[in-house]
Amino acid sequence: MKTCLIVDDSKVIRMVARKILQELEFATEEAADGQEALNACLAKMPEAVLLDWNMPVMDGIEFLRALRQTPGGDKPVVVFCTTENDLDHIQEAMTAGANEYIMKPFDSDIIQAKFQQVGLI
Amino acid sequence: MSPEDFEFISKLIKSRSGLVLTPDKAYLLESRLMPVARQRGLKGLEDLIAQMRTRREEALIVEVTEAMTTNESFFFRDIKPFDLLRDEVLPPLIAERQAKKHLRIWCAAASSGQEPYSIAIVLKELSAKLSGWKLDIVGTDISHDILKKASAGMYSQFEVQRGMPIQLLLKYFDKKDETWEIKPEIKSMVQYKYWNLLDDLKMLGAYDIVFCRNVLIYFDAETKGKVLENIAKLMPKDGMLFLGGAETVLGVTDKFKPVSGQRGVYTLT
Repeated sequence: MKTCLIVDDSKVIRMVARKILQELEFATEEAADGQEALNACLAKMPEAVLLDWNMPVMDGIEFLRALRQTPGGDKPVVVFCTTENDLDHIQEAMTAGANEYIMKPFDSDIIQAKFQQVGLI
Repeated sequence: MSPEDFEFISKLIKSRSGLVLTPDKAYLLESRLMPVARQRGLKGLEDLIAQMRTRREEALIVEVTEAMTTNESFFFRDIKPFDLLRDEVLPPLIAERQAKKHLRIWCAAASSGQEPYSIAIVLKELSAKLSGWKLDIVGTDISHDILKKASAGMYSQFEVQRGMPIQLLLKYFDKKDETWEIKPEIKSMVQYKYWNLLDDLKMLGAYDIVFCRNVLIYFDAETKGKVLENIAKLMPKDGMLFLGGAETVLGVTDKFKPVSGQRGVYTLT
């Protein structure tokens, strides 16, 4: 079973994402900000990260840049999942090493389609 | 709804679109036709059906048929068929047609355009191999409204995320406020036509590749067979047919056979 780390400062969003990902047969871990997420990755690299952008302590893009510089940090497939929906943000995320990008709001069809495209399902 | 009303409306819809409405789908009538009834100032489905019975008004019948035909659509729906198109189906056809440099593709249920535009993007991504080629992509549907939407090529954030990879979204769409519009270079590759699969198909011309995905599931066995036989007549010997994941030719027609190792792809027998 593949593991997906859900990174979002909203408990409600994490719960919705967890339900969807568990239906898609992922084991899930959760983190409420980028720093927590980075710690989780250093302990054990997940196969996938579903990543919010705006979070306290360390935001999503900072986390992604730090992750990609960590040994083994090039492996996880990172899918941004954020309300930021302008071209500049999307471009910046892709340049920083994101694999896919979801603009909130999302539903299970969107998560499933995106995860299929990046080969996680 | 009375059984008589249900029988009347399901017969009418089948004769117009081929769509088979079983009693367990009666709830669809409610959700799809209530907006039509309201728009006409009618109280409910009973009044709507009464009006259809008494007046036989063509505009209303067309409107009801359109409302009942499903239009759920994704970009690159199921992904695999589009990979097969690019990696398995197109290469031999491109090799075979080097002299003519002309390929014709038909989307038999174009809906709001996601499938024809996905095909257009696949071809665009192969443009190094297709320079100087004439590529025709024709999308047909039996809903005027949905074809209008397809031609406009404008999609909500929700719609573009159903299947369009982010890199291709950045490459082939322009963002206007909250709407994503497919770029003219892709839009101009697709031509839309109003066509009913149950009508004569000859006038549509010949096609090397036909996408007829997730349409046949709504038809009964006899209609499926008839439509597939008519499609077969439009195709050259090496033509290829794509059907939806839940569809098959087995037991329906002997004009097509599955291509081994390529799920959902069929050739002429």
